[in-house]
Amino acid sequence: MDSIRHWMLGPQGSAYANDVDVLYMFLVWLSVFFFALIVFLTVYFAWKYRRRKEGVLTPNIGHNLALELLWSIVPLIIVMGIFFWGFNDYVRASVAPNDAIEIHVTGKKWLWAFEYPDGTRTIGNLHVPVNRPVKLILTSEDVLHDFYIPSMRQKTDVIPGRFVDLTFTPTVPGRHQVFCAEYCGKSHSDMMANLFVDSPEAYEKWLVEGDPELQTMPPVEVGKLVYENKGCNSCHSIDGSKNTGPSFKGLYGRLEKFTDGSTVTVDDNYIAESINNPQARIVAGYEPVMPTFQGLLRIPEMRGIIAYIKELK
Amino acid sequence: MADIITTPHISGHADHHDVDYLHDGKGLKSWLTTVDHKRIGIMYLWSILFMFFLGGVFAMMIRLELLTPKQTIMSAETYNKVFTLHGAIMVFLFIIPSVPAALANFVLPLMLGAKDVAFPKLNLFSWYIYMAGALIAIAAMVTGGVDTGWTFYTPYSTTTDGSVALMTFAAFVLGFSSILTGVNFVATIHKLRAPGMGWFDMPLFCWGIYATALIQVLATPVLAITLLLLIMERTFGIGIFDPKLGGDPVLFQHFFWFYSHPAVYIMILPGMAIISEIIPTFSQKTIFGYRAIAFSSVAIALVSFIVWGHHMFTSGQSQLASAIFSFITFFVAVPSAIKTFNWIVTMYKGSVAFNAPMLYALSFLLLFGIGGLTGIFLGAVSVDIHLHDTYFVVAHFHYVMMGSTVIAFLGGLHYWWPKMFGRMYNESAAKVACALVFIGFNATFLPQFVLGSRGMPRRYYNYLPEFQFLHQASTVGSWILGLGFLIMAGYLFASLRKKMDAPANPWHSRTLEWQTASPPITHNFHEVPSVGGGPYDYYRPVGQGRNA
Repeated sequence: MDSIRHWMLGPQGSAYANDVDVLYMFLVWLSVFFFALIVFLTVYFAWKYRRRKEGVLTPNIGHNLALELLWSIVPLIIVMGIFFWGFNDYVRASVAPNDAIEIHVTGKKWLWAFEYPDGTRTIGNLHVPVNRPVKLILTSEDVLHDFYIPSMRQKTDVIPGRFVDLTFTPTVPGRHQVFCAEYCGKSHSDMMANLFVDSPEAYEKWLVEGDPELQTMPPVEVGKLVYENKGCNSCHSIDGSKNTGPSFKGLYGRLEKFTDGSTVTVDDNYIAESINNPQARIVAGYEPVMPTFQGLLRIPEMRGIIAYIKELK
Repeated sequence: MADIITTPHISGHADHHDVDYLHDGKGLKSWLTTVDHKRIGIMYLWSILFMFFLGGVFAMMIRLELLTPKQTIMSAETYNKVFTLHGAIMVFLFIIPSVPAALANFVLPLMLGAKDVAFPKLNLFSWYIYMAGALIAIAAMVTGGVDTGWTFYTPYSTTTDGSVALMTFAAFVLGFSSILTGVNFVATIHKLRAPGMGWFDMPLFCWGIYATALIQVLATPVLAITLLLLIMERTFGIGIFDPKLGGDPVLFQHFFWFYSHPAVYIMILPGMAIISEIIPTFSQKTIFGYRAIAFSSVAIALVSFIVWGHHMFTSGQSQLASAIFSFITFFVAVPSAIKTFNWIVTMYKGSVAFNAPMLYALSFLLLFGIGGLTGIFLGAVSVDIHLHDTYFVVAHFHYVMMGSTVIAFLGGLHYWWPKMFGRMYNESAAKVACALVFIGFNATFLPQFVLGSRGMPRRYYNYLPEFQFLHQASTVGSWILGLGFLIMAGYLFASLRKKMDAPANPWHSRTLEWQTASPPITHNFHEVPSVGGGPYDYYRPVGQGRNA
């Protein structure tokens, strides 16, 4: 039974996920029962009363009150039960406890940015401690998005000009997938994030030091991680193909022409400027659509992405 | 109980020298200026079948692209346009007009024993409006396309590039065609029933179309206003929906679903109406629970207006609103269950024949069963939060829209084809095609329930490798489905090249459209039919109605 549940619904990340799955599986078996009933009656009647002779008259069975009441009232009772079950779970999961960690989330085309209570800011990676309720407070900078954590069985639309919240209490350490579930344009399907559920100690340490791999990794590899995790890849290719933004391939040292006619040879400072203040100069042939990453990259991360671009000859 | 049915008297038989409606006037002009409901129905039929083909090509492209993660045959921008066009074409240009404007236009007046609909010129006008809407939609496709999804959610739709304003204008225009058809049918059913035909002597098809027409007339204007506001916002920058202009993006969703949820029943009720005809005919049996089926159509129509918020459980609407909408939504389950059991029990002690229309009706019972039961998952708020905007929803609504409505439409098409064109199609080929469509459909959409439950969001161009197997199963299913449709197109076209060979009443039905020739004469009946019994009196010999 549990293997069927796991195959259909994937991993669980919280006690609430299990509550949802119990109702889901109840509905699966209920559906299997009623579907089997429909198939059985359909096939049985169709076959048993198949036409053996043309032109026969058939009995006039107009209706049967007892039978009709049966198949009206029984479904009504069942669905009312399901309503209360589903609604009860939903309300319980909507209310954040007072000790919940509040983390602000901003969705924009096509990345997720996070801001922690101590001011730490990240893109693409959300870290939370295990077994503590988390309250995400979400908004959007452009169009509708939807923050969806399948393993927590939770999602909410993220709406520009409004704050919504999403509560969950992770109980399973490790990486969990986050999707954008509200269609938002070209790179909608790449607008993902990682939810890392850490031990309380690891979480505190991470808040101070940042991603541990950044401490020991060569800058080029740090840059590759930044490229993949912070959303660069949704607009900048590494194979020279044209996307929303210029490709990183062969970018370093290239002569770039801007919309105002001026030019620059790409160097460390131009890359830093493009990340922190992307609207300052726009490369000719592209739209001014890149959001600022000011304050969102730690110094090793900035060094890393520059080293990574240098490598892409 | 074993009396042999005597051959019914066929009015419009060969001893009168009237031409059938297909040969009454030659040339394109005689078609384009006709006010005959049968000819208008046929013009609608070819128009919507062309749109079904176009939407189907887009569907095959979607499935082909999803064969692999990342790029298979097209870019992300193209993919987004393709799924938008698939949805918009199938909903606005095919499914909504399919049964009412094409099939019901043809058979409704015949079933009522009427000469035509109440407003024949308005009927032709609504076809022209449909064609205008279709041309505007095609213009929008070739002048930049649309990448908003068929739901046009703001503020994406007010800020993205492309011909969004033109496409929404097309939907706006098509809405009027829908409204006028609805008005026409309401008036026809009220005023043009044959003498002696009370409301409860009408075939149940008419009840289903009546309930549909009410929704078309009452709900479509809301869509018109919503789309007009969207066009104004895009064109003139008035701030209704975009928060940057002081608007509210969620307001659009309320407006949109206030129409589009009832529109789901504009699509399914006519499908149910067809099933209510096919099953008694091919079972040669009185329909079980006539009044329950008739009233549950009207009940579904009424409830459909107050459940729109179940599309918005994750939209940020209040928890109280979600509770109320969830609660009301579950009431739709009851009339649906009533109808399903009524149809099944109709076969009890009947004389069931397995011609192609009946095979579609039996397919409908199973597929609507799955579509309805999976709707219960989505009505339960906590489960819906997980499944919303995933492939589970995609699979669910395809089971209802395609597995139920389109399958019923195909059943109706095969049922009335001899009446419409006076020709029988190849029955064996039809059975093979029906089997392929049934298998292909399930192979395409069953895997999507699991995809969605595992968290695969919809409208995704790229996806995680772990989802690939189920996507590939779904794509292979779409090829089987496509093959079924190819065979169907083959034998239906082939039948049109034959001599007319269809008898007036090939299925031995008791409803009035079968009491005139196939194809019918221009004025439908030589004399106004006198109705002496119910439409499903299979328990007494033909011609021995209660007044006969």
